[in-house]
Order: sequence, then C-alpha cells, then structure tokens
Amino acid sequence: MNKEEILIIEDEPQIRKLLEINLESQGYKVKQASTAAMGLQMAANHPPDLILLDIGLPDMNGQDLLVELKNWFNQSVIILSVLDNEEEIVKALDNGAGDYVTKPFRTNELLARIRACLNRNKVEDNKTILSFQELQLDLLARTVTKDNENVKLTATEYKLLMLFAKNAGRVLTHQFILKEIWGVGFQSDTQYLRVFVGTLRKKIEQNPNKPQHILTESGVGYRFV
Amino acid sequence: MAISFVSKSPLLKRYQIPLSVFIVIGVSIALFYSVPLWGYRVPALVLLMVVSLFGLVFDIVTVVLSCLLSALIWNFFFIPPLFTFHIANGEDGLMFFMYFIMALVHSLLSFKIKEAEKIQRDKEDKESTIKLYNTLLNSLSHELKTPIAAIIGAVDTIQHNEMNLSEKNKLALINEIRIAGWRLNKEVENLLNMSRLESGSIKLKIDWADINEVVNMVLEKLEDKLGKHIIIFQPDDAIPLIKIDSILIEQVLYNLVNNALLYTPAGTSISISASVQNEICELVISDNGPGFPEAARAKAFNMFYRQPHHKTGGSGLGLSIAKGFVEAHQGTIMLLSNEGEGATFTIQIPVATSYIKNLNNE
Repeated sequence: MNKEEILIIEDEPQIRKLLEINLESQGYKVKQASTAAMGLQMAANHPPDLILLDIGLPDMNGQDLLVELKNWFNQSVIILSVLDNEEEIVKALDNGAGDYVTKPFRTNELLARIRACLNRNKVEDNKTILSFQELQLDLLARTVTKDNENVKLTATEYKLLMLFAKNAGRVLTHQFILKEIWGVGFQSDTQYLRVFVGTLRKKIEQNPNKPQHILTESGVGYRFV
Repeated sequence: MAISFVSKSPLLKRYQIPLSVFIVIGVSIALFYSVPLWGYRVPALVLLMVVSLFGLVFDIVTVVLSCLLSALIWNFFFIPPLFTFHIANGEDGLMFFMYFIMALVHSLLSFKIKEAEKIQRDKEDKESTIKLYNTLLNSLSHELKTPIAAIIGAVDTIQHNEMNLSEKNKLALINEIRIAGWRLNKEVENLLNMSRLESGSIKLKIDWADINEVVNMVLEKLEDKLGKHIIIFQPDDAIPLIKIDSILIEQVLYNLVNNALLYTPAGTSISISASVQNEICELVISDNGPGFPEAARAKAFNMFYRQPHHKTGGSGLGLSIAKGFVEAHQGTIMLLSNEGEGATFTIQIPVATSYIKNLNNE
C-alpha cells in the first residue's frame, strides 16, 4: 500500500512526538516542521497528502499561514487548536481548513478526522446510493429510507440532508450550511437552520434527543456521520 | 456610621471646610441672638459641642480650623468687650483658654479613634484577602497536584516496575493517567473561565438555540459519569427557540448536573426542566441528595467554597462560574435547599424567543 504522507506543523516537540508515534503506528509517513516558515517550505518542496497545522505557532499567525497554504495546497489541512475558542475555529474552517481538533484531543478522534479528510480527497462523486448505518440515501430516486422504510422529507429537509451526506464526517459551519441551502443573504438566519435540523432529526434519528447522525459541534456547526 | 459616611462620600469630603465654616458661623449667629436668653458663656459650650461633633465626621485639618474659628468667634462676638479680641476679665480669659484646649484635645482624640478604626479595618480587609488567597492556593495546589501526582506515579510504576506488573494492572494504571489528565484539563478550564469572569472579559456570543438540544448535549457529555443516577428530563417539543450563548449555558448546566452527580448518592434521581414563558427561560435542576445546610447555602456560590467534610474532588469553582455565566446573561440563579431534603437550582434568563418551529410546508 502506498503510504500517505502527513506533514505536522507544530512548535511543541511533545505534541509532535505524540503525533508521530500515533500516525506512524497507523501506517502513515510523517514529516515534521516546528515553525510556520519551515512548514511552508516543506509543503512547497514536496506536497504531503494532508497537513496537521497548529494554529498557535510562534513565528506566524496560524490563520494567515492557513490562507497562504490554501492558495496553492489543494489537500486537506486539519487545524490543531488549544484555544477552545469557537470563533477561531469557525474562522479557520471558513479559511479553508478541512477540519479541526482541540487540544487535548482524543487520538481516536484525530485519526477519524484524518481518515475522513484523506478519503474525501479520493472519493469520486459518482456514487448514487449513500449509506449510513440504518439510513440509505438514493440520489437518483431522491428517496431516503430508514431501516428500509421510506422517510418523507420536505424539499428543504432533503436538500439539507444531501448537503450533510455529501460532506459526511466533516464539520460544516452554520454559515456554510445557510449559504448552501438558503443562499447568500440568509447567513444570519440560524433559527431556520435550528428548526430544520430539529425536524430532520425527528425523521431520521432513532432517538432525536440522542442524535447519532447529525451531531452538534457547539458554537461551530454540525457534523454528519 | 458617620465615619464611613464621610469616607464614602467624596463630595462631602471635598467641601468639608466650607461646610464646617458655614455651620460654625450659622450656629454662632443663632447663638448671638440668644445671648439675652442665657448669657454669653452657654454659647461656648454649644460651640464646643458642635466642634466635638465635627471630630466624628471631618478630617483633622477641618476640625482644628473649626476649633480656631469658633474660639475666635466666641472671643470676638460674645466675650465682653464685644467686637474686639481683647478679653477684659481674667475669668473669661481662663475660660477662653480652656475652651481652646478642650476643643483641640477633643478633636485630636476623635481623629485618633478614627485612625485606629481605619487601621483595624485595613487589617481585617488584608486578613480576609490573605485568607481567600490561602484558600485559593490550598485548593488549587491540592486540585492540580492530585492528578499530577497520579500521572507521575502511574508512569513511574509502569517504567520501573514493568516486569512485576500484570497486564491488567498496567491497563488500570494507564486508565488512571487518562482520568487524571482529563481532570487536570477540567480544572484548568475552570480556572480560565473564572479568570475570564473576574477580568470581565466574557463576551456573549448570542445566537438562536434549542434549549432541549443544549440539555441533551450536557447529558451526553456527562454520560460516563451518570453511574446509577436516574436523570429525569422531558423535553417540551413546543418550547420556542431562544437567544442565548449556548456554550456558556451548556457549561452552567454541566456544572450544576455534575455537582448533583458528585454530591448525591447513587440511585437517586436528578430532574431537569426547561421552560420559556414571557420571554424568560427557566431552567430547574433538582436532586434528592443531602441538600445544603443553611451555612453552606449562603456560601454555595462563593469562589473556592466547598462544603466541609466532602471527599469529592473539585476546586469549588463550579457554582461561582455558573453564577457568573448566568449573570452575564442578565439572569439570576437561586438555590433552594433544606438539609436532608435535596437541592433545587433555579435559573431565570431573559431571552428573545422564536416560535417558527414547524415549517413543514417548506
């Protein structure tokens, strides 16, 4: 199997070591940079398949670095952030980050994010049936079934579910979803989004009070799994 | 009371000299016209009394000035020959001298008492600050060092005792490290939140939120800690969306439910309810635990306060953070509890509401 390469841009040696051991044990090839300048250089010389970027680097603002990277780097960048600061996270996602984890992170969670991002880079858009455990979405017939039973959705609910499903595993910010579903100008109408997520959960979740598909990322957005 | 009255009223403090001159002159004029009634010696006693009272209220400079002024006035307007500073009779001369000394001694004494009181007060303030600081340090060092000790101890054991450890024990130690790490994380988070509150740098990020979802998120986060507790929460589907900082309110609910889990025996129930009426969101968390004795009830929201004789870990910050976050929403948090009869926390927050809950036709 071709080893996927991950570049870690992180100034804390302890975290780099931890990530290195973890990622190598999963079969990834790991490269490390301790500064933003070094990271940019390494990414430019030999573009990796994915970058793990610490947003709090000493030599450059992480958001600026992200914007610069995203100018030419087409693969996913996952943000590592100590700041439990949702605004910063939302900004990074809007700046093109593929996903984020906050320190301290659970290793399993980080690995799942990495896998989702790497798969996203590969997945082609020609699948017509998407499955999520008991849920099945037929893109051609435009039908949704739960445990093989048809689920009746309104047009907006269907659009929302499609958006979630096509971005499965990925966190979508409120702003992004609002723009995709309702268009520019509705980005502040989060109440509609809350309502639709609520009704959608009632229809597709086994227990809407304990959602297993549409997960809330407090202050950031939703993640569909 | 008069003492603190002056020290707390800057206006009165600034104008105390004109005010005291005004009072002395006013009283003197009244006395001047009353001379036919009781002669010219009684006014000296009245003036002496006025100056003595000044000693309780005003600064030393003002009092000495009033003392001089009243002595001169008495001499000039009351002691014959009138309208001169000359004193004709030896008896009056002695009285004038005694008046002056008495007024001066009196004002100096009251000034000294005031000084002593101030020193005492400062000392008490300082002592209570030191006491708070000590409580803080004790609590902090205990709360932070316990998990650190657990981590270092467990790692040492694994490193140096590798051979003698069973696989099961090794896993148990690793689990201890995990628990200690998350506990440390929680403590640091609490401290950061507290310092954000204390420095006044909390900025609310108000947005529409489904309060049922907020409660569900809290319960999900606490799932590992629920143990044998029974959680009662009936989400009301008809509840409107409300505008709050859902992350902060989530934290408030987390702290309250977490406390209930820590302080009530297994098998008891904790009930949570959320309702919205007249643009007020009310959240009620009640338990069947031991409740709060009266002394603890008053201090429950104080920073670093922990009920004595409880072994449960915690920095004593949970409730003060909850209170701070609720108050940042202009809301109130109340604790109703009797010893042995459980505890009920009621939160009320003024909110904007939206009832566009069912858009089925879109």
